[in-house]
Amino acid sequence: MRPEPLQASFLNRAVRKSLLASLVALTAAVAVPAGAQDLKAVMHSGIRVLDPIITTAHITRNHGYMIYDTLLGVDENMKPQPQMASWTVSDDGLVYSFTLRDGLKWHDGQPVTAEDCVASLKRWADRDGGGQMLMRSTRSIEAKDAKTIVLTLSEPFAYVIELIAKPSAVPAFMMPKRMAGTPSTEAIKEHVGSGPFRFVESAFQPGVRIVYEKNKDYMPRSEPASWTAGGKVVKVDTVEWVTMPDAQTAINALNSGEIDFIEQPQIDLLPLLTSNDELEVGVLNTLGYQTMGRVNFLYPPFDNPKIRRAALMAMKQEDVLGALVGNPDYYSVCGAMYGCGTPLGTDAGAGTLLTGGDPAGAKALLKEAGYDGTPVVLMQPTDVTTVSPQPVVAAQLLRNAGFTVDLQPMDWQTLVTRRASQAKPSEGGWNMFFTNWVIPEVWNPIVNPMLNGGGRKAAWFGWPDDPKLEELRKAFVTVKTDGERKAIAADIQKHAYETVNYIPLGQYVPPAAWSKSLSGLMKSPITTFWNIAKAE
Amino acid sequence: MTGYLIRRVLAAVPVMVVVALFVFLLLRLTPGDPAAIIAGDMATPEQLERIRGQLGLNEPIYVQFVTWSMQLLTGDFGTSLISQTPVTTLIGQRLEPTVSLALMTILLSVLIAVPMGVVAAWRHGTWIDNIVMSASVLGFSIPVFVIGYIFIQIFAIEFKLLPVQGFRSIFNGFGGFLERAILPSLSLASIYIALIARMTRASMLDVLGEDYVRTARAKGLGENIVLFRHALRNAAVPIMTVIGTGFALMISGVVVTESVFNIPGLGRLTVDAILARDYPVIQGLILFTSGLYVLINLLIDLSYAFLDPRIRY
Amino acid sequence: MAINLDKHAEPALERRGRRPALRIGRFGPAAILAGLCLLAITLVAVLAAWLAPHDPIQMNPSNRLKPASDAFLLGTDAYGRDLLSRILYGARISLTVGIGAAVVSVAIGLPLGLASGFFRVLDGILMRVMDGLMAIPSVLLAIAVVSLTGASLWTVLVAITIPEIPRVVRLVRAVVLSAREEPYVEAAIAVGSSLPKIMWRHLMPNTMAPLIVQGTYICASAILTESILSFLGAGIGTETPSWGNIMSEGRAYFQLKPSLIFWPGLLLSVCILSINLLGDAARDMLDPRLKQRGGPR
Repeated sequence: MRPEPLQASFLNRAVRKSLLASLVALTAAVAVPAGAQDLKAVMHSGIRVLDPIITTAHITRNHGYMIYDTLLGVDENMKPQPQMASWTVSDDGLVYSFTLRDGLKWHDGQPVTAEDCVASLKRWADRDGGGQMLMRSTRSIEAKDAKTIVLTLSEPFAYVIELIAKPSAVPAFMMPKRMAGTPSTEAIKEHVGSGPFRFVESAFQPGVRIVYEKNKDYMPRSEPASWTAGGKVVKVDTVEWVTMPDAQTAINALNSGEIDFIEQPQIDLLPLLTSNDELEVGVLNTLGYQTMGRVNFLYPPFDNPKIRRAALMAMKQEDVLGALVGNPDYYSVCGAMYGCGTPLGTDAGAGTLLTGGDPAGAKALLKEAGYDGTPVVLMQPTDVTTVSPQPVVAAQLLRNAGFTVDLQPMDWQTLVTRRASQAKPSEGGWNMFFTNWVIPEVWNPIVNPMLNGGGRKAAWFGWPDDPKLEELRKAFVTVKTDGERKAIAADIQKHAYETVNYIPLGQYVPPAAWSKSLSGLMKSPITTFWNIAKAE
Repeated sequence: MTGYLIRRVLAAVPVMVVVALFVFLLLRLTPGDPAAIIAGDMATPEQLERIRGQLGLNEPIYVQFVTWSMQLLTGDFGTSLISQTPVTTLIGQRLEPTVSLALMTILLSVLIAVPMGVVAAWRHGTWIDNIVMSASVLGFSIPVFVIGYIFIQIFAIEFKLLPVQGFRSIFNGFGGFLERAILPSLSLASIYIALIARMTRASMLDVLGEDYVRTARAKGLGENIVLFRHALRNAAVPIMTVIGTGFALMISGVVVTESVFNIPGLGRLTVDAILARDYPVIQGLILFTSGLYVLINLLIDLSYAFLDPRIRY
Repeated sequence: MAINLDKHAEPALERRGRRPALRIGRFGPAAILAGLCLLAITLVAVLAAWLAPHDPIQMNPSNRLKPASDAFLLGTDAYGRDLLSRILYGARISLTVGIGAAVVSVAIGLPLGLASGFFRVLDGILMRVMDGLMAIPSVLLAIAVVSLTGASLWTVLVAITIPEIPRVVRLVRAVVLSAREEPYVEAAIAVGSSLPKIMWRHLMPNTMAPLIVQGTYICASAILTESILSFLGAGIGTETPSWGNIMSEGRAYFQLKPSLIFWPGLLLSVCILSINLLGDAARDMLDPRLKQRGGPR
C-alpha cells in the first residue's frame, strides 16, 4: 500500500510547488515597473553550480563576477589594479597589506570586514592551484583591523598580487565569513556577495535560468571600467541568463528580439545573424581561448618521450582549428603555451606546430622509438561543440603518422570522470584528451594547470613527473623583474615542449552577438554585465 | 469493487520495488565518478578523494541502498549533486511545462484522431479509409524530432507564424502559451494520433457489427447519432488503453521534443541529469516517471469499470 | 512497442467476412512496395563499401558544409565528410540495431516466457520483474544505460533490447497459457511426455507466428530508438555513421543546411515505415489465430 499514497502526496506537493512558482513568476512580471531595463542573455552554458570557489566552470565564474567582488582586478593591459582594496608591499617583499575601501557592504546590509576577506582568501587558496602554491610560501593571513588584511610570506614569492587579482578560472571572490567558513569541499548554502548585482533566489532554476537584479547599494570605483578593474556601474535593472541548449534556437531568439545577447553563438551560424541590421556581431573576448591536447605520461605509448614528440609532430593546428572554428577570421596558429598576445607569450620551442606539422618526421621518429602499434585511446566528448572536433581531427592526424588510434566517444562529463582515472588505458584509463582554456588560465607558469610536474600525486591529469619543471617554476616566483620572469617563462616553455608536457593546438576568439539596443559592451576575457545600457 | 481496488494497488508495490532496485543498481554498478564532476577542471587526486568521502561513495553498496531506500520512504528523493537543490524541488520546477505539453498533446490527438478513426470506420474500405490508415502508419514511422524540425522550418522560419522555441506558462496568458505549445504538442501528437486513429477505427468496426448498433440503425436513428452516441461511447475503452500504455511513448517523445523546442521540462532535466551523472536526480526522475506510469495505468484500469458496462469485477 | 495495440479489435473484420479482399486491396501493393524498399536498404547496407563515392570517415576541414556538387552529391557535413557516403553506411547501423534487437529480445524472451507460462512458481516472480522493467520508460532506460556504460554498438544494442524483452515474455506466456488448455497439449501432459518435448513439439510452434510479427515491430521500434539515442547524443560515436548521429550532428546546422537532417530523416522514416507495413502484412498472413485471441498483449 505504501508507495502509492506517498507518490500521490508527493505529486500534490510538486504540483503545489510548481503552481506557486508560476504565481511568483506572475506577480514578479506584474511587479516590474514600466520601462524597466531587463537584459536577457544566452550564455555559453546553463548554470547549476553557484559556488564559484568549488568549481572551475566558466559559467559559475561569470556568476561570481555578477554577485561577488574581488580585492583586486585586472585591467585591459593585464595589470593588477585595486578593486575592493588597495595594497602595499614591504621593502623585503614579504609583507603584503590590503586596505579595504570605504562603503563596501554585503547584500544583507552588513559591512565588509577584513575578517570576512581573510576567511574568503583562505577558502579560495584551499581550492585553487595557484592559491595552494601561494599558501606553501605563506606564514600567515590576518585581519590587522576592520579594514586591513595582512599577508606575510615565509619565503620570497613574487606573484601574490597577480594571483589575488587573477580573473580565471577561480578568482579570489570575497564572501561574508559565515559563508567562507564552509569547508572547501562543500558548496556554500547562501549567495550573499558585495558585487554589483544581487542574486534573485526565487527565480533560479538550475540549468534553465538565473536572474540578477541591480545592487542599488553598490558603490563603484571612480575609474572607468576595464576588464575586472575600475568602476562597475550597473545600467540595467535586471539581467537574466536563459539556457538554450540548441545553438540555432538562441540565434532565432536573438533575431526575433526575444533575447538581447548571445555570449558565444556558433561561428558557422553567424550568416543567420549578419543579415539582421538590428544586430551586431563582434569579438569581446579578444584574447580568446587556447585549445590543447594532453597525453597520459603514465602508460605506453606516451610514457616514451620520443613517441610523445611524434604525436606533437603529427599535429597540424590549421586542421584542428578549421574543424573547430571554421572561419579563419576567428582563429590563429599559435605556439605560445602562455597564449599569443600576452606579456609572457613566446614561440620558444614550438617547432613544427608553427609550420603545419611534420607527418613524415613523426613517422620516422615513431619507427625509431620502436612503437609497437599499442592503440592510443582518445577520448571524444560528443555533446559539447567546443571540444568535440579536436579529437576527431587529431585521430586522423595521428593515424596519418602511423599511430593506431582508438577514438572513444562519450559525453563530456564521462570524459571529466575518466580523465581523473590513473588506471591503464585498457582498464578504464586513457591516453589522450583535449580541452580549451581562456587565456588568463594559462598565461603564466603559475596558473597554467598543465605546467605542474608533480607526478601522480599533484600534477594535472596526465601526471608528468618532472622535477626540473618544478625547479624552474620555483625560480619563476622568486625573481623580481619582468625581464627575468620572461626569460624563465621562456625556459619553462622550451622545457615543456621538449618533454611534450602538452600540445597547444592554436588560439581562437569566439565572437558574441547582441542587439543594437545594447551599448557599452566591454572587451574582456570575462563576459561582464556592468557598464552595459539598454535602450528602449 | 473495493477488493479489486485494493488488489490493484497492492500489485503496484512489487513493481515499484523492482524499479527502485533496478535503477539503483544501474547507477551504482556502472563506471562514473560524481566526485570528479564536482571537483572540476583543476582537481588534484587528493581533492577527489576528500569529496568522495563526503558523498558517502566509499560506503559499501548495500549500505548505500539501504540509506537511499529509507530516505525514499520518507519522501526524501535526495539532493542534486551538482546544484545542491532537492530533487523534489527540481521536479516541481519542471513539472508544469511537461504536464501542459502532455495534456495539450492528448487533447490535440483525441480531437484529431477520433474523428479520423470514426470516418475511416464509417467509410470503411474506401479511399478515405486507406488514406487515414496510411497516414497513421506514417505517423509512428517518422521520428518525433524530424517532424519537429519540419514544423519549425515551415511555421516558424519560412512563414514566421509562430515562435521557434520556448515555453510560457499558461498562467501568464493563454495566447503566449498556445503560441509556443502548439508546435511541440503537434509533433509529439503524431504518434498518438496514429495510434488513436487506428484504435478508434478498429473498435468502431467492432462495435458497428454488434447487435445493439444494428438495432439502433434498424430503428431508423440517424447515422450521426448511431456513430457518436452508440458506437463511439463503446470505443472509449480501447482509446483509454492507448493513452495509458502510450505513456511510455509519451515520455520518450517528451524528452526529444523538449530538446528540439527548448522547453524547460522534465525531459530536459532528465537528459541534463544523465549527461551530468547527477545520480540522485536520475534516480528520482526514473522513479517518478515509473510511478506515474503505474498510477496512470491503475487509474485507467479502474476507469474501465465506469466506461464499459460489460466489465464487472 | 505500443504499435501493436491496434490489432486488439481486428476480429470484427473477420467476423464480418470481408477480410481477405480488403487485406489484399490494402496491404498487397503496400507490402510489396515496402518489401522492395527494405530490400533496397538492405542492399545499400551490404554494398555500402562499393556504393559510397567517398570514405565516410575521411575528414577534410577545408570542405566543411559544402553544398551539393558533382564531387559530393549531397554535399558535406561539418567535418567535411561526404554526406551521401555517410548515409549509405548509416544503413548498416540501423539495420544491425533493428535486427539485432529483434533477435536478441526474442532469444531471451522466448525461454523466459515459456518458463513463465509453464511453471507457476516462476511466473509470479518473473512477471513482477517484467512489470517493473516495463514501468521504466524505455528511452530513459536506454539513455541511462548508454551514457553510464559508454557508447558503442553493443551498449546501444543492449540498452534498446532490455525494454523490449518484457513484451516478448508476456506474449510468449500468453500463448503458452492458452495453448496449455488445448486438448492435444493436455493429452501430451497426461501421457507423460517429457517437458522439453512438450515445449519443443507443442508450445514453441504456437509462439512462432506471433513472435515473427512482434519481431518486426521490435525491429522498427529499435531503429527508431537508436535514432533518438543518437539524436540526444547518447548513441554510437561520431566516427561510425548512423542515421541518428548524422542528424544529431546536423541539427546544429539545420537552418544553413537542412539536407543534413532531411535525407537521413527520410531514409529512416521509409525504413521504419516499410518494416511496419511488412509487420502488418505478416500478421495478416501468418496468424489468423492470433487475431481471435485479441492480439499479442
